[in-house]
Amino acid sequence: MKRRLVVVGNGMAAGRTVEEILERGGADQFDITMFGDEPYGNYNRIMLSHVLSGEEDESGIFLNDLSWYEENGITLRAPVRITRIDRFAKVVDGDDGSSTPYDVLVVATGSRSFIPPMEGVFRPDGSLLDGVLGFRSIDDTREIVRLARLHEKAVVIGGGLLGLEAARGLQSHGVHVEVLHAAGHLMNQQLDAAGGACLLTSVEALGIDVRLNARSTAVTGDDHVTGVILKDGTEIPCDLVVVAAGIRANTDLAVTSGFSVERGIVVDDSMATVDDPDVFAVGECAQHRGEVYGLVAPIWEQARVLASRLTGSDAEYHGSRVTTKLKVAGVDVASMGITAPERDDDEFVVFSEPRRGVYKSVIIRDDRLIGATCVGDVKKVAFLLQAFDRGLPLPEERVGLLFDLGTAAAEPSVDELPDDTQVCNCNGVSKGALVKAVADGCKTVPAVMDCTRAGKGCGSCKSLVTKIVEWAAGDDMRVDPAEHYYVPGIPLAKPELMTAITEQRLYSVSAVFAALAPGGTEDAKSKMGLTSLLRTMWPQEFVDERDGRFINDRVHANIQRDGTFSVVPQMKGGVTSVEQLRTIADVAEKYRVPMIKLTGGQRIDLLGVPKEDLPKMWADLDMPSGYAYGKSFRTVKTCVGSDFCRFGLGDSTALGVAIETRFQGIESPGKVKMAVSGCPRNCAESLVKDIGVVAVEGGRWEIYIGGAAGAHIRKGDLLVTVDTPEEVLTISGRFLQYYRENAKWLERTYAFVPRIGLERIRDVVVADSDGMAADLDARMQQTVEGYRDPWKEGREPAVPGQFRTALPLISLPQVPVRDGSTALGGRAGRSVATDPRRLP
Amino acid sequence: MILGPVDEIPPGEGRAYTVQGRTLAVFRLRSGALKAFPAACPHSGGPLADAQIDENVLICPLHLNTWDLTTGCSRSGQPDLEVIGVREVAGQIVFSP
Repeated sequence: MKRRLVVVGNGMAAGRTVEEILERGGADQFDITMFGDEPYGNYNRIMLSHVLSGEEDESGIFLNDLSWYEENGITLRAPVRITRIDRFAKVVDGDDGSSTPYDVLVVATGSRSFIPPMEGVFRPDGSLLDGVLGFRSIDDTREIVRLARLHEKAVVIGGGLLGLEAARGLQSHGVHVEVLHAAGHLMNQQLDAAGGACLLTSVEALGIDVRLNARSTAVTGDDHVTGVILKDGTEIPCDLVVVAAGIRANTDLAVTSGFSVERGIVVDDSMATVDDPDVFAVGECAQHRGEVYGLVAPIWEQARVLASRLTGSDAEYHGSRVTTKLKVAGVDVASMGITAPERDDDEFVVFSEPRRGVYKSVIIRDDRLIGATCVGDVKKVAFLLQAFDRGLPLPEERVGLLFDLGTAAAEPSVDELPDDTQVCNCNGVSKGALVKAVADGCKTVPAVMDCTRAGKGCGSCKSLVTKIVEWAAGDDMRVDPAEHYYVPGIPLAKPELMTAITEQRLYSVSAVFAALAPGGTEDAKSKMGLTSLLRTMWPQEFVDERDGRFINDRVHANIQRDGTFSVVPQMKGGVTSVEQLRTIADVAEKYRVPMIKLTGGQRIDLLGVPKEDLPKMWADLDMPSGYAYGKSFRTVKTCVGSDFCRFGLGDSTALGVAIETRFQGIESPGKVKMAVSGCPRNCAESLVKDIGVVAVEGGRWEIYIGGAAGAHIRKGDLLVTVDTPEEVLTISGRFLQYYRENAKWLERTYAFVPRIGLERIRDVVVADSDGMAADLDARMQQTVEGYRDPWKEGREPAVPGQFRTALPLISLPQVPVRDGSTALGGRAGRSVATDPRRLP
Repeated sequence: MILGPVDEIPPGEGRAYTVQGRTLAVFRLRSGALKAFPAACPHSGGPLADAQIDENVLICPLHLNTWDLTTGCSRSGQPDLEVIGVREVAGQIVFSP
């Protein structure tokens, strides 16, 4: 029978603890009930300053929305405040009159804004004077935003991290802000005086007034605040006061219920209260070995330990080393360990450039880094953090801890990249955006990629994206098991998936989802990959479903950025004729094709064709498709070869035509580009193709595989040298089939070949070490025989409205019209007469 | 207002319809449910009727941005899509804003 786990609190610590419990299979052990004071799901309090400044929408800060509780079978009771824990009866009482029994209780009541003693701040009923607010919750933030719009002068009490963030946020609403800080320098908890002075320069440069050594003793105003009075009698008029003078653990419940409470609820290394082994405390309300933590990293550690304990492991919490690295009001600040030397023999190295707002200091004891502060320049922080955490050896020249000297590292490490570095050049995603996605809760590479779209263009940045996510998530990094799946929607790697499809004789994409997807749920992102795989596996029996295809494969043309398509007639080996050129010219004229261009694969591309014109154009062209779209075998680029070229050693053109004829239209996990060169001068660039063939002296042909000259550049590996063109067809076909059956979806040969290993591939496709060559050849032959020109669908559409326009009647980005006579500056917009949208 | 027969849209696909001066992308889910949104992707005007869909999401064909088919909420950081009322009556797609 399941035990009853009750969690008092629904903040970040509570949410994280429950997440960790679920991850450890805790849903089978516990019936979980969570009590929240606020009427919301679980949100990221750290992001409130971004909500205040308007950089983030409120909806963007939720860690778990209400559906998460439902999906995980968690009972969320909010807003209900727990008023008493009866640990003898094992019951918690709520302010809604409820009594809830528990077997295990977790107290995660967090903390609240500390309101320093000031005259006039509270009204007789105990509530805050109008216009005076804490900065702790969504409700606080909403109210601050509302008031900031109505008022002109705000005072922030507290010049720590939260106070400065609040000041910056208020300023973004056009309010004049003055920060009152009781200590002698800003962020005195984290920075030494010189560091604080540097930060002061930067904060004041933003237009925020700061008053140091300013102890607030009273607020004025009868109904609404009118000013703040300092200890020295100075009165600062204002109409809004935000108090950010620190936090205090919410311990009232624990105190009144008889638990040991000092600065927080006292817990041991298992996060259990010292008074009751069945009652635990976690987060900002907990005090462990005398420390109460107000930073997120230690709280995550506590949540992990507690979840492990509750689900049956022996984890222990031994406290956290506190380091901070953040942007305060736009200024980079990092600190770790102590902020000032404590012993006479502590080494203290300082660099200060106050005008530029840069300050760095390190404190070293016995050759170990025990403290560091950086303001305004945090380039060295990654190294400092590691040296601090792991006790790395320090450079003899201590200045090397503050600056990079002389020889630069081979490449900048991830942590040294500035936040605004553009990582994904296709979708314009910066390092900062990736880090933010991690901070917002994405803990796997695919999740970050989905959320930011990084790596979703050409994919060449994926390895850097992975490094950044690993760095940003640190110990929180999770491996998405889906990385090993063939497609994301079916939890099986390719071999298991193929076995299941074969055994259960699944011929259609929908049948695969029904039989193998969790809950039988469809997944759009998996459909193309499954279609391709099923075609490969069942060349004859495959049941085509139109929604299993990307639009290019539904209309057999390449979609362009304005929603029109490009049409490429087949031109095998790049060889054409007068008739073909004339026909293409006539068709281009008839349909007013906005641009005619040679493709990278030596074919003629007719660009800017509306979808509804495709069938008529194909009929007029009366040529087969040239395969410039889809994940399939594309074209074979050729050089002139031995017929005309004075250096030619082999008839590259004839072989190119033969290859293209044989493999036309064959689907594959990624697109496959080929080339045949008539001599080692390689005019057809065969060494950077998925399959490249080169004629060499003696009538022989070299076959290269795994080359690429796109987003990735890789010279192909020499697979084998053969004696005849027929052998080229056999070996390249066998390799192609092996690749089709073994590559992951969207895995190009440049990744596939190194992954499998050249030797292994050579064993299989050349030496036939596994005895599967004949089968590969036979399956390829079956596929070749199943070829049908897709453009035949022009005459007999596969489904109703297959070629119906999808373009909306609004202005879309216009694709420029160019002809050979216009230079770069001579582009013209498409004229109305040729606008494919046919504006009414 | 009738847009046309439901059979014009194969299950799992979308088609564009023009009504009252605007173009809608109407989708027919495998379950038979109809969903409709404005036809242009708010990111860069992509033709959403050419999108790929499953039971839950719609994926723009140009840059693969995704939206929730039920709520129109973006799942990839783009503006949300307005959900447009359509339903099936006697085999016809009926626009009912």
